[in-house]
Amino acid sequence: MKLFENIFKFNGGIQAETHKAISTAETIKKFGIPKKIILPLRQHIGRLAKINVNIGDYVLKGQLIANADGNVSAAIHAPTSGYIESIEKLPIPHPSGLPDFCVVIITDGKDTWVDKKPIDWKKIGYQKTVELLISSGIVGLGGATFPSHLKLTKKDHGAKLTTLIINAAECEPYITCDDMLMRERIDELIKGINLLHDFLEFEESIISIEDNKLDAIEKIKKAIINEKNISLKIVPTIYPSGDAKRLIYLTKGIKIPKNTRSSELGIQMFNVATIVAIYRFLEFGEPSLSRIITITGNIKKPRNYEVLFGTPLEEIITDAGGQKINNQTFIMGGPMMGFALPSIQVPVTKAMNCIISAETEMLKNDAPVLPCIRCARCAEACPVELQPQELYWFSKSKQLDKVEEYNLFDCIECGCCSYVCPSNIPLVQYYRFAKSEIIEERQHQEEANIARERNEFRLSRLEREKIERAERNAQRRAQTSSDEKSKLVEEKRKAIQEAMARVNKEGDNSL
Amino acid sequence: MLITIGVIIFLSLIIGVALGISAIKFKVDGDPIIEKIDSILPQTQCGQCGYPGCKPYATAIASGEADINQCPPGGDDGIHKLADLLGVDYKPLNEEHGVPKPKSVAIIDEKTCIGCTLCIQACPVDAILGSAKHMHTIIEKECTGCELCLPPCPVDCIDMVPIKETTENWKWKYPVHKLRVDERATP
Repeated sequence: MKLFENIFKFNGGIQAETHKAISTAETIKKFGIPKKIILPLRQHIGRLAKINVNIGDYVLKGQLIANADGNVSAAIHAPTSGYIESIEKLPIPHPSGLPDFCVVIITDGKDTWVDKKPIDWKKIGYQKTVELLISSGIVGLGGATFPSHLKLTKKDHGAKLTTLIINAAECEPYITCDDMLMRERIDELIKGINLLHDFLEFEESIISIEDNKLDAIEKIKKAIINEKNISLKIVPTIYPSGDAKRLIYLTKGIKIPKNTRSSELGIQMFNVATIVAIYRFLEFGEPSLSRIITITGNIKKPRNYEVLFGTPLEEIITDAGGQKINNQTFIMGGPMMGFALPSIQVPVTKAMNCIISAETEMLKNDAPVLPCIRCARCAEACPVELQPQELYWFSKSKQLDKVEEYNLFDCIECGCCSYVCPSNIPLVQYYRFAKSEIIEERQHQEEANIARERNEFRLSRLEREKIERAERNAQRRAQTSSDEKSKLVEEKRKAIQEAMARVNKEGDNSL
Repeated sequence: MLITIGVIIFLSLIIGVALGISAIKFKVDGDPIIEKIDSILPQTQCGQCGYPGCKPYATAIASGEADINQCPPGGDDGIHKLADLLGVDYKPLNEEHGVPKPKSVAIIDEKTCIGCTLCIQACPVDAILGSAKHMHTIIEKECTGCELCLPPCPVDCIDMVPIKETTENWKWKYPVHKLRVDERATP
């Protein structure tokens, strides 16, 4: 072990009260099988999964009920056995509160598994294994829900992947699901890292963890004593250390340039829960059916639950004893990047890592917004080294091209700027607004381009048809006229011949 | 004296040849200003501007024949962009040409459709599928919402339906928040 380890500290960030102890006192509780499972078909980034079951079908636990549609999409499996009651639009956990397509399963409580097929990747080879992983339904469980099979490459743009970084930072306050996973299931995690290390032929695997998770660090240290491939990197507790590019810098001192993926520089990152999910899929043939979720904040019995996807959130809240003070907002995700849930009548999804019942101090957002005093504390706090105050001005005045020039799309929406703002300006909300406006404009431009193309094609088609018709007509006219002419000539000749014959005859007679 | 004249003739020859070659090599096909105007127009091809499509309207703007405020689907934003591009003053939309409406798609009531193909002939972007005496349907993705299919329909079976907000096209709204209330101001 090295005596001195370098810590590469990124710019800005914040050190907020972590509130993690609230939910780490109790162990992870396995939440039972609910009576009804509501599975949204979009629980990932990318296209809606394609359903392949019908209403009334009986499905087994782990049975594939919706396929990944295209490459950027993820499959969905039945989390337990039961009958499919309906396929309809129901409320999902989304900031808009709008409904989306869901499959409703009435469970039978038997929890009968499909025939599980463990995958021996050494036997069937790399390519085949990745193909099978597309049907695993595994997405990044840190909250981003990016389909994991897309990240399981050995090379990116010719660069060989050399370093695997396991994201165990869990930097957002309140969230403890990864922490608890490491405390209780360290064996599975280490096996998973080894598996991935061999599978993608990494040269080193580093677990990066914030220094506030003492229990987990102890467990990892003990577990990796005899592991020569795995090392541990303890990083300072500074939010947002869990952001991929920030964590890579903290771990390796490498800054990932704009518009570049870390994999192009040989570094790949996975969240701890994702690694365990991949391990369980390959080792036991179990697809992604459940996740660990932190229920915390203003809750009577806060703790972590292992929950089947599709379980109604309300049932879990009830199991946790409900709210200490009633009628407070629920936040999905962390207090920094999460959003207020429009309702708790929604199912648990792959993205749902934490539910916080808001505490009074978190409702700072309700305080009045004061004018910007140009203190530039947001610029000091920005971990991406942007100019949040400029972004704010341009977003507020809807100067979209300007705000893009100031690298709006490099903003990771971590919320540090809003957190430090003495005027309580909801800066990130302005950036999100500007981002979605720009994205929509781009989309409209694309649609307009397609419409132009189709219109031009139609005009050229009409033109072509007109020319073809004119040609056909001309041809017909030419044909008919030549026929008629010859007919006329023939008739005239005939008439002349007849006249001549008559003349001759008459001449003969007169003679 | 002679040397000076010689040098100048030599230089003008070289420059002349260079200009001649570049005039052929870098020849610009079409009028770039028309393309630029056309790329701002929304490509609905609805003809509300009084021209048979977006390109003809762009051509008319470029030649100074048409004004920049005749495109209702482009809205205020479009007029601002055109004004910026052409260096002219902004004008509010000329409402003789219509008012902006929410983006819609045409939907054919398939039970009523008699399969006359008139709408297919009217659609400027070939977004209607069908054949004579067979039911027609709209390819929603390609429909620009131009409403040109409405007048020719003899049985009025086409409806314009505004595009609904879904989780897919949902966007973050402009932040609305409380303002500070000055307590001294309240009596």
